[in-house]
Amino acid sequence: MTAEQRLGTQPSKTTRWIILGIVGLVFALPIVAMIEFTFRQGLAGGYTLDHWAGLFGEDSARTYRGLFQAIGNSVVLAIVTVGIVLVLLLPTMILVHIQFPKLKRVLEFICIVPITVPAIVLVVGLAPVYSFVVKIFGSGAWTLAFAYGITVLPYAYRAIQANLEAVPVITLSEAGRSLGAGWPTVLWRVLLPNLRRGVLAASFISVAVVLGEFTIASLLNRVNLQTALLQVSQSDPYVAVIFALLALALVFGLLLLIGRLGSVGRNRKES
Amino acid sequence: MFKKCNLAALALVAGVAISLSACAGSTTPAASDVDAATATSAEDFGGLDALVAAAQAEGQLNVIALPDNWANYGAIKALFEEKYGITVNSADPDISSAEEIAAADNLKGQDTAPDVFDLGTAVTLASTSYFAPYQVANWSEIPDANKEATGLYVNDYTGSMSIGYDSNSVPEPKSLDDLLGSDYKGAVALNGDPTQAGAAFAAVGLATVQSGGTLDDFTPGIDFFQKLNAAGNFLPVNATGATIASGETKVVFDWSYNNLAAAATVDGWKVTTLPGAVYTSFYNQAISKDAPHPASARLWQEFIYSAEAQNLFIVGGAYPVTIQTLQDAGTVDKGALDTLGELKGDLVTPTAKQAEDNAAILASKWAAAIS
Amino acid sequence: MTVANAPALTSTGAGATPRRQSVSGRGGILRFLGLTPFALYVLLFLGIPTVLAVSTGLFTEDGGLTLDNIVGLFAPNVLTAFGNSFFVSAVTAVIGAVIGALVCYAMLGTRPDGALRAIVDSASSVLAQFGGVMLAFAFIAAIGSQALLTKFLAEAFGLNLYANGPWLYQVPGLLVVYLYFQVPLMIITFMPALEGLKTTWAEANATLGGTRFTYWTRIAIPVLAPSFIGSLLLLFANAFSSYATAAALVSQGAPIVPLQIRSALVSETVLGRENMAGALALGMVVIMVIVMWGYSVLQGRTSRWQK
Repeated sequence: MTAEQRLGTQPSKTTRWIILGIVGLVFALPIVAMIEFTFRQGLAGGYTLDHWAGLFGEDSARTYRGLFQAIGNSVVLAIVTVGIVLVLLLPTMILVHIQFPKLKRVLEFICIVPITVPAIVLVVGLAPVYSFVVKIFGSGAWTLAFAYGITVLPYAYRAIQANLEAVPVITLSEAGRSLGAGWPTVLWRVLLPNLRRGVLAASFISVAVVLGEFTIASLLNRVNLQTALLQVSQSDPYVAVIFALLALALVFGLLLLIGRLGSVGRNRKES
Repeated sequence: MFKKCNLAALALVAGVAISLSACAGSTTPAASDVDAATATSAEDFGGLDALVAAAQAEGQLNVIALPDNWANYGAIKALFEEKYGITVNSADPDISSAEEIAAADNLKGQDTAPDVFDLGTAVTLASTSYFAPYQVANWSEIPDANKEATGLYVNDYTGSMSIGYDSNSVPEPKSLDDLLGSDYKGAVALNGDPTQAGAAFAAVGLATVQSGGTLDDFTPGIDFFQKLNAAGNFLPVNATGATIASGETKVVFDWSYNNLAAAATVDGWKVTTLPGAVYTSFYNQAISKDAPHPASARLWQEFIYSAEAQNLFIVGGAYPVTIQTLQDAGTVDKGALDTLGELKGDLVTPTAKQAEDNAAILASKWAAAIS
Repeated sequence: MTVANAPALTSTGAGATPRRQSVSGRGGILRFLGLTPFALYVLLFLGIPTVLAVSTGLFTEDGGLTLDNIVGLFAPNVLTAFGNSFFVSAVTAVIGAVIGALVCYAMLGTRPDGALRAIVDSASSVLAQFGGVMLAFAFIAAIGSQALLTKFLAEAFGLNLYANGPWLYQVPGLLVVYLYFQVPLMIITFMPALEGLKTTWAEANATLGGTRFTYWTRIAIPVLAPSFIGSLLLLFANAFSSYATAAALVSQGAPIVPLQIRSALVSETVLGRENMAGALALGMVVIMVIVMWGYSVLQGRTSRWQK
């Protein structure tokens, strides 16, 4: 047993694997059911590879025409949204934490409103704002990032806040300031490395939310990954499920990649 | 440092994205657009060829709520693209008629607003202020009862209310009351809620006329579903292609074109129409008054009522509005019509007043009946 | 550093205004300048749309002012819908939070850049926003009445999951399906808090003669409580407004508020009720305000000892 396990701060190996095993099994079940469905032949039973093979058929070119552009749109949207979170939300949260503790509840409420009003209702209000935005920025799909920055606010806020509360931000910033650092340096080299965990979690969930968002893009008639997926899924229920699984795998892979990049930076620092 | 590189890359990509969108922008409207938006027939353009030219100059068409597997719209959109070289931007395939009108409101003035609509009757009658009148070249071939006098909206196709069933698990239902039997335990589903979805509304209508009632009052139909629920045969899930394929919904009340589309993709799914009264309801084609591509919208209208597209509806399992003319002129796709079967039997369609009254009856009685 | 400065560095608490002003060095209205970009952004893309959307509830279709939609909120079926929504959200939030916290606890001590952590993080992010038609179908395929698992349970154990009716397509089904994205959301938002627990505290606890029990009950849980309750609030709000999954799963009737909104906005047959959706959204915001108020009272109590 490690010291931490003896102290009780960490679970023993058996506990860990029991919990993770049970939860993992339960959560894998619906995914496995979807995969099993895609191999089914029809109502009579029996299995076939035809549905997967059909992905590469001759008439699939038209099907895929919009899909690759949609993936590109969604990736750009994800990047811009994470940018909004990092550039707008994070400094504001740190500022409120240090200087305006009384505004903390206000900020918390602001960051919970986006998730309170369902997107299908919010779009009624977003539409006039967007007709104005379109005049300035054009109607490219990337302008959706402004709305998505709002959509991810609740998740990103909670992830960063959990970290903020665990780190003695005020002490650290005072220490940095008293050692002669300017505010930018304090932010970059003192606070952000400590908030890395929360910022990374916020980025993860933001990317996942943007790549999985359907309603706002669809109701504002923009093309993103999910709307394009719906288009290609129309012909065949099996194809629809196959594409949903592939989209999940794509986002999962993307996030693994981002996580890898994040930990590479950290290793370099610690060595 | 990781974070510095990340932020720089971010700024670079954002900069590229912004400049790309600035380059894209929207197409500048041609001078003829001013005429196109008020044109009420192909003559206003100077003939069909001039209309085609004007539409090709616009280059795009925005359609909405046209799923590929609904009445063969996939093939129809593809044929339009191929024939005229105009890109069809198909948005929101899964939304309802009411949401189409909401989209027209939300996107007014933007170049992604819908150009044309395909709507259920109730929404059509309530939204005539959104439409521009237009009469297609073969206007006289469309029966008077199927069109609005100035061409604000025109019936395009109808289906018959049919019953699809999993031939491997349940026997073919020969009458409505067969479905109350124990063979169909936990098997029967609708395509939506009758207080919200047109197909489910029509299912209750079918049950009404098959139970000996009239379209003035859907109560006999509601009573049938109450009995179905009491027998444990009613499944309150939304029947989709996926639930059909997974075997969850073994019997589905849906438009013939939807059930036939499912039969084409799922082995073992068969479709039948009950003998006796047959429930039909036309959908309506309309052009948006604020269409961003008015010439393309009008060309689409001409295309939909041309023999080619109308025959494609038959292939998809729907009955086009000009079917009588096609049969008389011999231009109908005989093979497709034979596979589909003639629309025969005692055809019933609700009037606007009946639809409204029954919507109110359903709103007050449905939830209690199936709980 | 002189001894006189030392106390300034050892306290992290609130209520010491002189220290805060020395940190910023600036006073007056200029202090609020830092908040402007965010405030402008939120005003334009959240404030204005929310007000516009919610205020449609105060108008009729023709544009006249009316209170009918607000009055309609108190119809019995709408009140039942609010009650059901609250119930489903609260239950899935609590169960999701507990299970999520357990998984986070199980993840403690794994290498931060190890494979297990990476997989759990990525999987949680992906599943936290997996919803809508596909999630509903995944559950139909997994535990629907014709699913392999259901048939297996019936044959092997004689356990008929649907003996009491098709619960999956009614409110009880939502309880099960919602957990599928509630638990991962909890994992992703609570993990940073759990990692903030310092080993030094556990060592101090052990040195002073405490047991594992006292560590958790006296130190760890009180420290984690604000984050836990904050995540709980997020889960509640997430379930409360969840629309697409419910719309795909519960097709008959409108037992929860998002489905009431759906029937107002989407109906092909009963028209003219779009503004009701705005009123319903207003009701949701009001409920959220009340829950947030309860939340800040709770937070006030739990973090009192921290200062």
